[in-house]
Amino acid sequence: MSSSRLLVSGVGYDPAVGPQSTGPQVQQLATSTSSLKRQFSASGGAHSSIFDKNLHRAKHDISLSSLCYLFGEIVSWCDSKSRGVQQLESRLNNLGYSIGIKYLELTSLRENFASGNISSSSKSHATKREVRILEILQFINSSVWKGLFGKMADKLEKSQDLANQYMITDNLPLISKYISVPKEFQHLNCAAFVAGIVEGILDSAYFQANVSAHSFPEPGLPLKTVFVINFDDKVIKRESMRFER
Amino acid sequence: MSKSLKTLSDDLWKNRVEKVNSELFTLTYGSLVAQLCRDLNYNYAEVNAHLEKMGYNIGLRLVEEFFAQTNLGRCQTFRETAEVVAKVGFRMFLNVVPQVVGVDEKQFSLVLDENPLAEFVELPDDGKAFKELWYSNVLVGVLKGALEMVQLEVNAFFVSDVLRGDDTTELKVKLVQVLKDEIPVGED
Repeated sequence: MSSSRLLVSGVGYDPAVGPQSTGPQVQQLATSTSSLKRQFSASGGAHSSIFDKNLHRAKHDISLSSLCYLFGEIVSWCDSKSRGVQQLESRLNNLGYSIGIKYLELTSLRENFASGNISSSSKSHATKREVRILEILQFINSSVWKGLFGKMADKLEKSQDLANQYMITDNLPLISKYISVPKEFQHLNCAAFVAGIVEGILDSAYFQANVSAHSFPEPGLPLKTVFVINFDDKVIKRESMRFER
Repeated sequence: MSKSLKTLSDDLWKNRVEKVNSELFTLTYGSLVAQLCRDLNYNYAEVNAHLEKMGYNIGLRLVEEFFAQTNLGRCQTFRETAEVVAKVGFRMFLNVVPQVVGVDEKQFSLVLDENPLAEFVELPDDGKAFKELWYSNVLVGVLKGALEMVQLEVNAFFVSDVLRGDDTTELKVKLVQVLKDEIPVGED
């Protein structure tokens, strides 16, 4: 698909343009994104929408403590809303899930813009989309982890016993760093939140899966966490139909 | 005074603070607010109150780290408090410095040109959120909690927010009273 076609062919929601991309004026748009932006702010009404803003933000750092304070409050609020560790973890998972869905779109748009796949120039690359299990997992392992936590995950493995099971290991999950889990919650792993992010990303990329976080403390790595990813059988089946033989 | 505060907070930020990309923070806060809205049936007054309560709990604890890192002494005036909150507190935890305006001995306003909480954010388009939801209300709670720990009881609230279509994001802080030092029970 050429880049100019991508801009005009959207029916309904087109993440490259924004929600109001179907009107006739879109077809008259020049292919350059700057004129696109002008059109939209002119027609966008009183409030400038987030689609007027640049996708690429200057990198802004904040204090890790702020994130941890916030996350601590989130955990205790989820705790007050749930009975038992399982419910608490599934609440955290849900919160992460909604992030994952959006984050996939954001990072893949950014990467494609950066590599010129969607751009004002006349290059006509196809927008890149991961279609193989291993590729999407590597994308999560490297790009997503780096974007969110500033480092790559420590390990990506395939289970030897189960065909649909993969594992991502993080030796020190950023988010659990300053959380001390009380004794009566010893099975709780707050990285369930991160597992939710991963699950959201996989689901919205059409790799339906369940992701859960498990603690595997080791000497020297007390917070080591393994994210266990169980893909739906149909995903495995699809993969083998497409790529084997 | 203000110059040395800037040097202090620059030094803190560079050397003492452990940093993380703000995007994860923004997204986390966003999913929290969205979940609160759902849990509380889009009753935005309750969402505001709940965010404030969470912020209050954060403020109570955050102030300890603030003093451990800064070694700042007691502020002599409320004006000084305003400067320290903006130039050191906000800088240290959110890496932004709001403008301090309308300051006197009883009140001040913080104008947030940048708000790391509200990047990528649009309020729900239900006709209500624009009038009722204060998206960043957790900050109100943080200020109340943190200042209470230094014996300043304040009333804090947002008066405008760019998310609602206002020109600025302004948070007002009013001094209610200076609390007396209370001696914990059993310690004379």
